[in-house]
Amino acid sequence: MSETTIDWTRATAARMADALAAGEVTSVELVQAHLDRIAAVDGPVHAFLHIDAEGALETARAVDADRAAGVELPRLAGVPIGIKDVLVTKGLPTTAGSRILEGWIPPYDATVTRRVREARMPILGKTNMDEFAMGSSTEHSGYGPTRNPWDLDRIPGGSGGGSAAALAAFEAPLTIGSDTGGSIRQPASVTATVGVKPTYGGVSRFGAIALASSLDQLGPCGRTVLDTALLHEVMGGHDEMDATSLDEPVPAVVEAALEGARQDLTGVKIGVVRELSGADGGYQAGVTQRFEESLERLRGMGAEIVEVSCPSFEYALAAYYVILPSEASSNLAKFDSVRFGLRVEKATVEKTMLATRAEGFGDEVKRRIILGTYALSAGYYDAYYGSAQKVRTLVQRDFDAAFAQCDVLVSPTTPTTPFKIGERIDDPLAMYLNDIATIPANLAGIPGMSLPSGVAPEDGLPVGFQILAPAHEDARLYRIGAALEASLTAEWGGPLSAQAPELEVAE
Amino acid sequence: MSSLERSDVARLAALARIDMTDADLDRLSGQLAVIVDAVAKVAEVAGEDVPATSHPIPMANIHREDEVRPSLSQDDALAAAPEAEDGRFRVPQILGEEA
Repeated sequence: MSETTIDWTRATAARMADALAAGEVTSVELVQAHLDRIAAVDGPVHAFLHIDAEGALETARAVDADRAAGVELPRLAGVPIGIKDVLVTKGLPTTAGSRILEGWIPPYDATVTRRVREARMPILGKTNMDEFAMGSSTEHSGYGPTRNPWDLDRIPGGSGGGSAAALAAFEAPLTIGSDTGGSIRQPASVTATVGVKPTYGGVSRFGAIALASSLDQLGPCGRTVLDTALLHEVMGGHDEMDATSLDEPVPAVVEAALEGARQDLTGVKIGVVRELSGADGGYQAGVTQRFEESLERLRGMGAEIVEVSCPSFEYALAAYYVILPSEASSNLAKFDSVRFGLRVEKATVEKTMLATRAEGFGDEVKRRIILGTYALSAGYYDAYYGSAQKVRTLVQRDFDAAFAQCDVLVSPTTPTTPFKIGERIDDPLAMYLNDIATIPANLAGIPGMSLPSGVAPEDGLPVGFQILAPAHEDARLYRIGAALEASLTAEWGGPLSAQAPELEVAE
Repeated sequence: MSSLERSDVARLAALARIDMTDADLDRLSGQLAVIVDAVAKVAEVAGEDVPATSHPIPMANIHREDEVRPSLSQDDALAAAPEAEDGRFRVPQILGEEA
C-alpha cells in the first residue's frame, strides 16, 4: 500500500516506474489518481477528447497481477499515458480532432499504439488537437479548444495542445504528440513541458493519420527530459509497415539524459541561429531574456557558444505553407464519405462527397486543402510547389553549414508566450508565425526539443528553449536538454511545471 | 503570380470536392489571397541551379516477399462504412440524372 499523503499525479514517470518496481504503489492506484485528476480539472482544460477509464484500469490490474507474480516487466509498465487523437487505437474512438471522423472506431492499432500496449502502459484516453493537426492553438479542433493550465484564457499551443495541457495539468505523466511544423515543440514551450520531434523516420508513422507525409513525425512529451527519453525509447525503432522508417537502432536517449544531468558540457559547441534568436526583433522581451540566461548557464557548464547564420530560413515559413497544404490536400482526399467517417447523403456520390466534406471539415482544413489544390494545379506547380522544394534544399544546406561549426543549434521555441484564445483565430498568417522557429527542422528532417527555460517576467507565462541536432543525433538533444534542466530546476527547487497556478477542482 | 480571385476559390473548391456557399467564399477568398501572396516569395530564391528536395532524409524503396499476410477481415473493413451491402461499400448513384 502506498502512503495516502503522496499525490502521485505530481511525480515524474521515472519516479512512478521506480515506485511500481519497489512495490511502493500499484498501477491501479496510479491510474485511478490520474482518472480522478482528469475528472476534477478536465472540464475547463479539455485536454482529452475521450477517456478510457475501464481500459486503463484493466491494463493496470493485469500489470499489478504480473508484477505480484514476479513476471519481468518493461520499465514503464503500469505508468499511465495519453495518446494524441491523431494515432489510431483499436476499439477506441479516433477523430484527429475532426467532425468528419466523429464516432469512428479504428479496426487496427498504429505501430506506436501497439508499442505502448506492449510496454504495458495504461492508456488514459485520447488528447485534443487542431483538426488534422492544422494549427498552433488547438482552437481549430472540431470539438472545442483546449485551454492552457497556466491561464485558462490562453492557448495551450497546437496542434498537440491536448497532449501538452494534460501534462501541465497533471492529468498524465506522459503523452504522445506529432510534429509537422512544431506541433510537439510549440505546445511544450507554452505549457512549460518537454517535447521532442525525433529525426524524420525515427518513429513509425503507421496508423498516424497523415497531414503532410514528408514533414510528419511522432514524438514523446513529458514534464522532464528523462521522462521524455524513456517514452522516446518505447516509441522509436524500425517498422517495416512504414516505408520511411529508419532501419537503425533507437538513439541511446535515456543514457544521454542521464549523462547530461551531470551538467558537464566541456567541449560541446552550441550554435545560436541568428535568424531564430530574435536578434532582428519581433520576439517578446521576456522570451529573449530567458533565452540569453539559458545560454549563460550552458556556457557556465563548459559549452562554447558560437553564432551561426542560416539566411534561407527567411523563406522557410513560405515553403512550409506551400508543401504542407499540397501534401495535405492529397492526404485528405480519402475522406470521401465511402469507406469510413461522415456521409451527408445526396442524390449522387459526387454531390454526397461535396456535402460531406463541406460539413465535416472546419475552415482551416478547407483553407489548406484549397491552397494545396492551387499550388499543385497545372500552371502553378513550378512556381509554388517546385520552388518550395528548392527552398527545402537551401534550408538543408544552411543546417549542414551550421552543424559543421557546432554540435547543436539553439533558439527560443516560440517568439512569444501563449496568447489569448480568439486573438489570432481570424488572421491565419499571424497564426502561422507561431511556428517560425520550429518549421526549419521539419523541412530538413532533423530532431528538435523544447524544454522550459522559465517564465517571462512581464506576464509570468512559460518560455521554451529549443535545441536542434543533426539527423540521427537525437541523443544530443537529451544531453544538452538534461544539463540545462538540471541547472534550472536546482535554482527553481523543482520543475517549472510545479509553479503553474492551482487549477480549480470540480466536485 | 497574381493573387487568388473569388472565382478561383470556387473552382478549386469544386476540384477539391468541398461545397461552398456564397458566405464561405466571401470569408475564405480574402484570407486565401493574403496567404497565396505571402507564400509566393518561395519563387524569389528558387534558382535553376538549386535541386528540389522531396524528402528530408534520402530513402530507397523497400521490398518484401510477395506472400499472403494477415490483414483486416472483410467485416472489419466494412464495420465503419456509412453503408454496406453484400460485403461491399454501398454508395449513392454514381451518374447524375442527365447521364
